[in-house]
Amino acid sequence: MEILMSILIGFLFMAAVYLILSRSLLRIIIGTGLLSHGTHLLLLTMGGLGGESAPVLADGITDYADPLPQALILTAIVISFGVTAFSLVLAYRAYKVVDTDNMDLMKGNEDND
Amino acid sequence: MSLIFAIFLPIILALVIPFLFKKVSSIHTGWFVLLAPLALVIFYATYIPTVMDGSTYIDKFAWIPSLDISLVSYIDGLSLLFSLLITGIGALVVLYSIFYLDKDKEKLGNFYVYLLLFMSAMLGVVQSDHLISLYFFWELTSISSFLLIGYWYTRDGSRFGALKSMMITVFGGLMMLGGFLLLGIMGDTFSIRELIDQAPTLVSQELFVWALVLVLIGAFTKSAQFPFYIWLPDAMEAPTPVSAYLHSATMVKAGLYLVARFTPIFALSEVWVWLVTGVGLLTLLWGSIFAVKQTDLKAILAFSTVSQLGLIMSLLGIGSISYHVTGDLVTTFTFATFAAIFHLMNHATFKGSLFMIAGIVDHETGTRDIRKLGGLMSLMPISFTIAMIGSFSMAGIPLFNGFLSKEMFLDATLSLQHFNVHSLESWWILFPLVAWVASVFTFVYSLYFVFHTFRGNYKPELLPKKAHEAPLGMLVSPSILAILVIVIFFVPNFFGNTFIKPAVAAIQPLAYQVPADVGFKIKAWHGFDSIALYMTLGIFLIGFILYKTIAKWSPIYDKMPANISLNRFYDGLMNLSDKGANRLSSTYMTGSIRSYLIYMFGAIIILLAFTMWIKDAFVIDLTNLAPIQFFEVLISIVLVISTLTILITNSRLTAIIALGAVGYTVSLFYVIFKAPDLALTQLVIETVSVALFLGAFYHLPKLNKYEKGKEDRRFRLTNFVIALGVGVMVTLIAIASHSQKLVKSISDYYKETVYSEAGGGNIVNVILVDYRGFDTLFEISVLTIASLGIIGMITVRLAKKKGDRKVENK
Repeated sequence: MEILMSILIGFLFMAAVYLILSRSLLRIIIGTGLLSHGTHLLLLTMGGLGGESAPVLADGITDYADPLPQALILTAIVISFGVTAFSLVLAYRAYKVVDTDNMDLMKGNEDND
Repeated sequence: MSLIFAIFLPIILALVIPFLFKKVSSIHTGWFVLLAPLALVIFYATYIPTVMDGSTYIDKFAWIPSLDISLVSYIDGLSLLFSLLITGIGALVVLYSIFYLDKDKEKLGNFYVYLLLFMSAMLGVVQSDHLISLYFFWELTSISSFLLIGYWYTRDGSRFGALKSMMITVFGGLMMLGGFLLLGIMGDTFSIRELIDQAPTLVSQELFVWALVLVLIGAFTKSAQFPFYIWLPDAMEAPTPVSAYLHSATMVKAGLYLVARFTPIFALSEVWVWLVTGVGLLTLLWGSIFAVKQTDLKAILAFSTVSQLGLIMSLLGIGSISYHVTGDLVTTFTFATFAAIFHLMNHATFKGSLFMIAGIVDHETGTRDIRKLGGLMSLMPISFTIAMIGSFSMAGIPLFNGFLSKEMFLDATLSLQHFNVHSLESWWILFPLVAWVASVFTFVYSLYFVFHTFRGNYKPELLPKKAHEAPLGMLVSPSILAILVIVIFFVPNFFGNTFIKPAVAAIQPLAYQVPADVGFKIKAWHGFDSIALYMTLGIFLIGFILYKTIAKWSPIYDKMPANISLNRFYDGLMNLSDKGANRLSSTYMTGSIRSYLIYMFGAIIILLAFTMWIKDAFVIDLTNLAPIQFFEVLISIVLVISTLTILITNSRLTAIIALGAVGYTVSLFYVIFKAPDLALTQLVIETVSVALFLGAFYHLPKLNKYEKGKEDRRFRLTNFVIALGVGVMVTLIAIASHSQKLVKSISDYYKETVYSEAGGGNIVNVILVDYRGFDTLFEISVLTIASLGIIGMITVRLAKKKGDRKVENK
């Protein structure tokens, strides 16, 4: 399963990077969203996917899933939501002001820094 | 008062100068500044009696102990002489500047801070025994010189001159640092005294000559030797007190100091002897010839300074021959060192006074152009007298100290006949010949300087101001120097014993144990059998004839090709590097965020791949895997399909829904991998995200695929290659990190202690709110900041109206 997950994560990263490198602002934001999904899964996979039970203490169970990656990911999910929301509004605002979402046109040039 | 504290005293005073300038406007700030050099000159004077007997003093402060870098203040004859020059001339220059710079018009706060900074730096240079701290102070003098030359920063010339001096001297400084490091490597110490002790073993090492040449480049750039001298004439844009202080009396002599200080180490190599002597004589000749061409008073003095520095340099070179001879010949050549230090002192007195007079003329007439000046003798009698004393001393005329050292210089060049190596044979005659020709030109420009300014016809119509004698206060400093010029002529041996012999003993430790061993006496009259006497008479005769006919032969200078000059070379080099740097950075600093992302992703791929390859980390461990189940395969397929949909689709709605689908499948993975908290959070967040996207939907642009066309095939291919690289790397890392657990996980700690320490059952939650409570707190802060930003962006209207800077949407 770990191998399959690793390939899946790599695929997510690839799609995310491809989107981030494109010229359209919306695609870039979607790309960052995919990137954070990929990262979360990567964290989880690195810790190992084994474990009989969720990391909630219960009588008679000794084999818990690794709680540490989960704690990290929980924080990361919330933060990445904040980032996505922020960049979405930033994109909206930038679009309103400069009337384009093409990154090539949005960059400053010599006369228009 | 410790020696180190004394070095930093001017900087400490500099800290309060800006406040004094602002708050105490009734008193010229210079009066406060004057306290530092006055106190220091008295302080250093107390060392004279014991240093005369051969004592040395040392004061140490560990600066960066872990790197073995310390500030070491070492006082011997040489550094004491320089310290006295720095503080003594410094006091006179500050006094002069009080009358030169108007307290209401000039930014005196800046000026004196720079000047005090320089004073500290210069004291540091001449007293440091540690190579690295010597380099530190050396560059500090370059920086303060830069600031002082550019003091009138609104003038183009000042900025150009400041930059030029900085480029050249800092270039030299870096070369010198290289030399220092080589010395440090060879001798395994950065202490100059310890290196001097090791000199005989150093000389045979391969790196020795490299170190020698590099250190010399540093000295030559600072002391404006050929071909690096070009910065000095442009540095004359500085206020005249600065020119008098930095660019004639002290900073430009740092190179001479360096050569003198390193003589005991490097003199063992003949390369040193010939480089120092040869470059010195060439500079002497070059500077003296071109001084006559100049029309600006300060430019004449600048070239004359270049030339005189060359003279002292060549004397130091001849002096270092003493390391290559034995018997009586040793003193024949150490005499040159003696003459060098003597002339160094004399030069500081007469050139200092001449610069101050040039400043006075500029101040009182409004111009420094010698073609407009003339006939000032009757209007400015005191200035004329001082100028005459200075010029005659520079020309080497008796009754002034320059005569004594000029004679000694001629004698020293003649002594080269006794140094018969490399079948020098009759070639030695070249050296006195060059010296003689240069002296003739020195004579010419000295007379030219003083008589063209003060005699001839007064041309009031050409002068911006009505000429009159300078205020008394301004004349004090040049008068003191001029009086010294005469006093030194009459009691030269007092100065010789007090200042020069201790310095010579420091430069020639092999020949002299203590200063008293230096047996030279300075005499004005050597008898009729002295060749130097006839050379001097020849200089006077030819020099006078050339001076009288100057109008006839000076047009020769105009015939010289103007476009093959060192200045052109410098300008071209600067231009080239300017443009080159511009072109280079504009190739990669495109301003497009995509380029920077490509660099980052590219770097990630390369660095990670390289690290994993070096560490041999590509490992696949197929044991101990969790089993693959049907549901997992199904979810994986959904995930891949949703992701592909995002990539392919042209509709924003589809893309947003597909992104939501990816989020929900990921939360299903969390369920499968026993992470209920994550699954719940992900579900909530994903729902909110999709809602947010859809809410913004109306306002968002269409999902434009700007890279659709055929012409963008390369663009897409690049993106794909980078994306593929990142994906493959991440996969490999995921596999490798799973396959080898090099460190023990700390998760067990949480599992074991979660109940006893924190009293909770849900380990993930307890970690978040208890063990890592601060992380969660900061996470909330991040969210708060993000939401504040969002509110701001939505509600606050931009000052600019929409449509103000529309960009065509291609």
